[in-house]
Amino acid sequence: MMMRKYITIQNNETIDFRTIPSLEYKEFLETNILFLKDVNNHCVNYFGFPYAGKLKLVCCIANDSKARIKLTCADINIGTNDVYPSLSAHNLALNIFERELSENFGIKYSDHPWLKPVRYPVDRFDKSSQISNYPFYQIESEELHEVGVGPIHAGIIEPGHFRFICKGEQILHLEIQLGYQHRGIEKLFLEKNKLLQRVILAESIAGDTTVGHASAFANIWESLCGFEPDEELRFVRTIALELERIAIHTGDLSAICGDVAYQLGSSVFSRLRTPVINFFQAWCGNRLAKGLIRPIVNNYIFTSELRKLLLKILDEYEPDFNEMIKKLFHNPGCLVRFEKTGVVSYGQALKIGAVGMTAKASGLNRDIRLSHPSDLYKNFVHQPVIKHHGDVFSRTQIRREEILQSIAYIRSILEKIPPHQNRKEISPKPRENAFTISLVEGWRGEICHCAVTNELGELINYKVKDPSFHNWLALALAVRRNGISDFPICNKSFNLSYCGFDL
Amino acid sequence: MNIIFILIVSLFFTGLVNRTKSIFSGRKGPGILQPIKDIVRLLKKGSVYSSASSFIFQIAPAVYFSTVFIAALFIPFGENPGLISFQFDFVLFAYLLALGKFFNVISALDTGSSFEGMGASREVLYSMLAEPAFFITIGSLGLLSGYSSFSRIFSSIHYSASGSPVIAYSLGILASIVFLFLGLIENSRVPVDDPKTHLELTMIHEVMILDNSGFDLGLILYTGILKFALYGALIANLFFLNTAYIIINVLIFFSFQILFALTVGLVESLMARFRMNQNPQVILMLSSVSLLIFLGVMIITGKI
Repeated sequence: MMMRKYITIQNNETIDFRTIPSLEYKEFLETNILFLKDVNNHCVNYFGFPYAGKLKLVCCIANDSKARIKLTCADINIGTNDVYPSLSAHNLALNIFERELSENFGIKYSDHPWLKPVRYPVDRFDKSSQISNYPFYQIESEELHEVGVGPIHAGIIEPGHFRFICKGEQILHLEIQLGYQHRGIEKLFLEKNKLLQRVILAESIAGDTTVGHASAFANIWESLCGFEPDEELRFVRTIALELERIAIHTGDLSAICGDVAYQLGSSVFSRLRTPVINFFQAWCGNRLAKGLIRPIVNNYIFTSELRKLLLKILDEYEPDFNEMIKKLFHNPGCLVRFEKTGVVSYGQALKIGAVGMTAKASGLNRDIRLSHPSDLYKNFVHQPVIKHHGDVFSRTQIRREEILQSIAYIRSILEKIPPHQNRKEISPKPRENAFTISLVEGWRGEICHCAVTNELGELINYKVKDPSFHNWLALALAVRRNGISDFPICNKSFNLSYCGFDL
Repeated sequence: MNIIFILIVSLFFTGLVNRTKSIFSGRKGPGILQPIKDIVRLLKKGSVYSSASSFIFQIAPAVYFSTVFIAALFIPFGENPGLISFQFDFVLFAYLLALGKFFNVISALDTGSSFEGMGASREVLYSMLAEPAFFITIGSLGLLSGYSSFSRIFSSIHYSASGSPVIAYSLGILASIVFLFLGLIENSRVPVDDPKTHLELTMIHEVMILDNSGFDLGLILYTGILKFALYGALIANLFFLNTAYIIINVLIFFSFQILFALTVGLVESLMARFRMNQNPQVILMLSSVSLLIFLGVMIITGKI
């Protein structure tokens, strides 16, 4: 019998790390490329870490129709002059992962299309390459001009550098450089060995996806410890994820209106967002839900008063929201700005491996709540909102429909509040030599965390992937052939995370 | 006298626009005098100059302010001509405004920033496109009245017996649409530009004054309000009554200015701004409205 080339697991399943067969690099490449030929498969994570003197490459490919994740491994030598063929040459979606590997470990690829450094971490392989001496893509022409924006954002949100090549008002090319907020999150996960420190780290990966990342961490930790989350924990996480979706989507709608100078929409949506995040405040004492999600325990009991409050908030929210969204979608001035602006085609989204809202706006069905459900999503048949034009309007529509969908989900979940379990005294230890992957659909899209432990049950690798990791490229493609003054509205319609990318 | 009224209007104009916007978005909003208080605060401060910019950058705000101020002196009040008045004075009026804008534009280019260059190119394009609308409108009114200076044109529309007042006022309404939009374009307001945005890439006017600070910035901001009041005064002039009591016309003047401010506030509350590449079409539309006025005048005077 032939040796198995890969191992198949489910979302949040822990396996013995040593059971993943280690392949020759060539075979590793061929196997994964073959997997990715199927459109149901997409790569959720591909990373490397030093293991037993070599560099261990782990590739996680999710099958969206069967809710399975295929794991493959390869060992390669680091610090040698070996040159490897790249996976990106066959599947462009992997380019960002290989750029990261090359930056961190100095892997040399023979046929990678563009080894642009990802985020310039302090412990990168090639210390001579700096943001300050990075050669940006340039075109020499009398008719074209270059516009550099950032790294300090005009609205002082987060830092990122955008280099446009324009012909008059039209953008021909955009190059995005991030990494200004790199904090070494993945390394900190290994250094901070208290559970509380780690979960706080997870919460601060991206401030707007506190619940998303904290849930991914909580799920991974519980799985590592062999702890099956009970009904209450699932309930809390699902409610929090959907509330976060409502809150951020509403805020985004406000910002989108603001960018087309539609004052009414901007102020109404920002007002609507407030009671939703204030509910988090009433529940756990923090408007961004920091402190709410903890592995194994739930510190904030969801009482029937909270239930009543939440239902009241939703009942007040919905009519106002429907009225305003109707006004917005009937305002020709706004529609003309949204339609056909910042288009990402289905082909582009598929090719670059877009996830979440960006993928769904282009007709690509990528929603973890459907394909790899965790928490309470297993209980209901989730119908992802799919749009097909891939423009700002599609992304705005997705927000509207997802908000209404989330409200319906919350209402149905609230029908039965699971009993509170006091479990403060339990603090199980993670399994030894374990590997776990956790996928969570945050409001922005697929969040993937992977953890590996050693023979003592200590974390030896923790890998975080925010949906923005793939989707920034979609923004760069979307703005091509658009007016440069439409860039802010395109950018806002994606609303990608800078710090989630920079880690 | 008119200049005093314009100065009074300029004190509360932007405040009124902002207040309208606030009320429409369900907020209380700052006091009506807040913008002017901000400007006074800025005027008390010193300016910071980049070492990359030349003297152009330093004199531009003063030139900008003085051209608009002088232009304001041209505007008549009913039968009373402005402080400066001569034949074809509206040509000088238009080009005084253009001169101020020209200095604004070259001072933006002087900073060497790619954003400011972009803003400057947009501003120049739009004012170029807006120019025919102004001249055709004023020219047609001149044709109607047979005169060629602001005060004569305006006074003869209302005070001469020739022509029916209905037609004169309906032309006045068309002309006030033109002046309203010119005011919005000249001041870079919604729907052409968004004064509230903080994103350099979408700005027109705001991006040009990014490098100005302190006294200079205050001067530029005040000039913006003055420009608004100036266009409001032009509109009010179209609607003065032939009356012996000047107080009635003073009331008309202020109510039109307030109406103008409310309209600007309403437009900003309820409309989204246009896509940048549609702006030229919108501005050219103004020229066609002014051609309509021209046609109306031709019909009245019996030329066609």
